[in-house]
Amino acid sequence: MEASYRVSIGGRYTRHLALAGALVVALLVALPAFAARSLIEDLIFVFYMLALAQYWNLLAGYAGLISVGQQAFVGLGGYLLFALAIMAGLDPLVAIVLAGVIAGLLALPTAFVVFRLRGAYFAIGTWVVAEVYRLVLAQWKQLGGGTGTSLPPEITNTVSGIEGVKALFDVRTSAARDMILYWAALALAAGTVAAVYLILRSRHGLALAAIRDSEPAAASAGVDNFRTKLSVYVATAAGTGMVGALIYLQKARISPDSAFAVLDWTAYVILIVVIGGIGTIEGPIIGVLVFYLLQSYLASFGTWYLILLGALAIVIMLFAPKGIWGYVSERFGLVLFPIRRRLVRPGDAP
Amino acid sequence: MTAWLDALLQGIMLGGLYALFAAGLSLIFGIMRLVNLAHGDLIVLAAFVVLVVTTALGLDPFLAALLAAPLLFAFGYALQFILLNRTLGRDILPPLLVTFGLSIIVQNGLLEAFSADSRRLRAGSIETESLSLGGGLAVGVMPLLTLASAVLAILALNFLFYRTSLGRAFRATSDDPETAQLMGIDNKRIFALAMGVAMTVVAVAALYLGMRANFDPTIGPARLIYAFEAVIIGGLGSLWGTLAGGIIIGLAQTIGARIDPEWQILAGHVAFLIVLVLRPRGLFPRAVD
Repeated sequence: MEASYRVSIGGRYTRHLALAGALVVALLVALPAFAARSLIEDLIFVFYMLALAQYWNLLAGYAGLISVGQQAFVGLGGYLLFALAIMAGLDPLVAIVLAGVIAGLLALPTAFVVFRLRGAYFAIGTWVVAEVYRLVLAQWKQLGGGTGTSLPPEITNTVSGIEGVKALFDVRTSAARDMILYWAALALAAGTVAAVYLILRSRHGLALAAIRDSEPAAASAGVDNFRTKLSVYVATAAGTGMVGALIYLQKARISPDSAFAVLDWTAYVILIVVIGGIGTIEGPIIGVLVFYLLQSYLASFGTWYLILLGALAIVIMLFAPKGIWGYVSERFGLVLFPIRRRLVRPGDAP
Repeated sequence: MTAWLDALLQGIMLGGLYALFAAGLSLIFGIMRLVNLAHGDLIVLAAFVVLVVTTALGLDPFLAALLAAPLLFAFGYALQFILLNRTLGRDILPPLLVTFGLSIIVQNGLLEAFSADSRRLRAGSIETESLSLGGGLAVGVMPLLTLASAVLAILALNFLFYRTSLGRAFRATSDDPETAQLMGIDNKRIFALAMGVAMTVVAVAALYLGMRANFDPTIGPARLIYAFEAVIIGGLGSLWGTLAGGIIIGLAQTIGARIDPEWQILAGHVAFLIVLVLRPRGLFPRAVD
């Protein structure tokens, strides 16, 4: 009997790529042992922006849900962390996970409102909902109301594992705290990339790609569009909430205006995704590196730096809407995270 | 009782201001479905233009706005023709991102040029005058003038929209851009004219923004949200709907503030969300999205 055709994901180099990816992660895990503390702090920023960008990319690039209100879940995550750590006395690392879960639950009533809207209305609706969360949390007097509050040092300095790290690396409390936050951020970023990759490789990823390409066609092929989009919205809200909790654990100071800032947590994130390449996993990774380099070299120019970023957003969208990775992968046929299914002839190499 | 009547009255007047913020947005959103996230910053930019004209020529703000209007028309025409026309299409991400970028540029450009100080357009004694309505009720002349200007602006836009050949071209491109083009309408030029008209309305909005309260380069995005809420509540393509939307936001804000001053803005947003849950396409939609 003749061997049959098979469906295969990935190519000849997939295994090498996986190995290289594992090596990069291992190197990043070991980094705090020898890197300068400023680099560690910078990388925490890179990791949480990368995670936010991956979530927004999944939402907009795949599920077609263009939200300008993801700062709602960053802010909720931050505030939930403060509430859980200060009022409930939870360990901050546990509180990060729990904050994500609660943010995901809060995404359900949010979706009840915004999912009635489409396209531009959805975008504006999500922004208004984020403003509502900001104004409601500004009423929370125990957490400082409109001016916000700080995490007391006895909470930030008693993150679980901090004594072990101090003894192992012979560092002071603040440096040890940075290391733990670094690993937490790395775990969150790497976990996000891995989770997004696995989702996109799965049956659900196929459904998402179908929705992205044509909603009516997806529906006619048996995809439950509403359910798929809702799951993505809730999952990204939970992830974004966890990132928000981590961000404000590191900052140790929260206020409604900063936690729900549309510029920091949505505009920059959209910019990162679009610079790198929307609708790809590689795009946000490249985008966040470009954004970090721009910021570290130009941020001291203040308003001129922001004007440059605005101009960059316009130029990229008009002249290179597929972003850097879109260009590179088209030109050189390169794929780092293969999700495309190919038909393999019997006898061909996998 | 008088307090509540007063809140009602002030809310309607405030709604006039929001309708002015929203009228230009409603026009371009209705005609070309452009989500202009820079609209609030463009209002602030216009307020600075009026401010510069008043101080440079020593003019009254009303006259200065009259002089600024053609400048802003030309600016809007050029902005649409050179930049924003390239972003139009089925995908809403390009206009969203480009106008986000524009918003950042305008805001920071104004900060660089004028610093973060609060400014005000001085209109003299008219700012504080009020008319007594009897029964302890009074309305300020300035809020009344704002509402009257909003009604006038919408009357003028409706005249343009339904009684002129340009308006017919506007409606045709709004309904079906491809067919309009087949009929010999140059969509790009029509869109540029629409943005020019919108910026002229923005000049009026900026005048009242600057005369009624202090402004600085950072207040644009909040104005944008009120304007969008008014447009969406009113329904796509309906200018009277936009006025109604502005008044609903204004009423919700003043009534909310009467209950607790901290609830003012929140009450406006909640009213918007309630309308959307009940009528996702707004109250009086004319065009189909």
